[in-house]
Amino acid sequence: MKAISAFINGLWKENPTFRLVLGMCPTLAVTNAAANGVSMGLATTFVLVGSNIMVSALKKVIPDEVRIPAYVIIIATFVTIADLVLAAFFPEMYKVLGLFIPLIVVNCIILARAEAFAAKNGIGKSALDGLGMGLGFTWALTFLGIIREILGMGSVFGIKLFGEGFVSWIIFILPPGAFLTLGLILGLFNAMLSDKKKAKCN
Amino acid sequence: MELLLLFISTVLINNFVLSRFLGICPFLGVSKKIEVAFSMGLAATFVMTLSAIATWLVQHYILMPFGMERFLQYGAFILVIASLVQFVEMFLKKTSPALYQSLGIFLPLITTNCAILGFALLSALNGYGLVTSTVFGFAAGMGFTLAISLMAGIRENMEFGDVPEPFKGIPITLITAAIMSMAFMGFSGLISM
Repeated sequence: MKAISAFINGLWKENPTFRLVLGMCPTLAVTNAAANGVSMGLATTFVLVGSNIMVSALKKVIPDEVRIPAYVIIIATFVTIADLVLAAFFPEMYKVLGLFIPLIVVNCIILARAEAFAAKNGIGKSALDGLGMGLGFTWALTFLGIIREILGMGSVFGIKLFGEGFVSWIIFILPPGAFLTLGLILGLFNAMLSDKKKAKCN
Repeated sequence: MELLLLFISTVLINNFVLSRFLGICPFLGVSKKIEVAFSMGLAATFVMTLSAIATWLVQHYILMPFGMERFLQYGAFILVIASLVQFVEMFLKKTSPALYQSLGIFLPLITTNCAILGFALLSALNGYGLVTSTVFGFAAGMGFTLAISLMAGIRENMEFGDVPEPFKGIPITLITAAIMSMAFMGFSGLISM
């Protein structure tokens, strides 16, 4: 596989949210506003790139039997870095994302990429793969966030779109709206791509 | 009394799956059959209750005395949970093969169930004591069991429904979860905490 296709792969063909349906907890939990989706996506991208590079660099050193705990420790290290950086420089965003920053540790996308890609490929390619997957995750979260923010608050990235007369559908920024929006979007994507291979369920 | 209120509010009002979005992966993945879903729920409850005790001890006797809870917590907790799951698996295999058979494949999956790490971090964040933390863990597990069993019951009946082709599988499950989540919002005035 060429390096560029390792990058493109995550953006659409194997998009973690819409095609692989991985990492659902943060996807549903933080997408009540577009800005939250972007921040969560970028934090995950950082962890993905970092852990992919480390796993790929250490793949000859880590014994096969203990590879999963070793990967988890590598991931936890990068999550801690992301957590401390966010807490120091973006305290407001840190408060909003809250528990879901540490929970990047158990985001299945990251462990899946470490196991399925970084453990078999070189450092450069693994970094590109992490970047592609991360950005694919980011745009998916942003997309969901924009839809929910428009319907639930009548704004995008905090900018009001409609006049005073707009009655916002509060339900879309509450938990049910998360399930509903993602369910409808996944269904629509399946319908649009129904001639192609169906979205894989985990 | 306070513990009872915490239990009810964790199971019904702040249900881990339907209002906190923790443990969504098994909720979507392992909710096709009621028996299987129920076993998954029980396995998770079991590990959650145990890990409530284990992570509390690690937090209070290892991390806090050395002032490391800010930057070693995530790594330490996930390791504790992973080794606990491994230990429970080995223990069950030796002592109760029947239970091991029924829970078997779900035990390793529980390590990556974010509900477990999520509740351990929440309970550390809220500064719960050992007993409160254990009750919280048990309640979180029961809430998870309730949600996943209800979902499996609905999905079993939906097999006979006429679902549009593109919505089969995950999409219709998510839409069902949306309606369930709305129903659970009805509990929100039950008790105030």
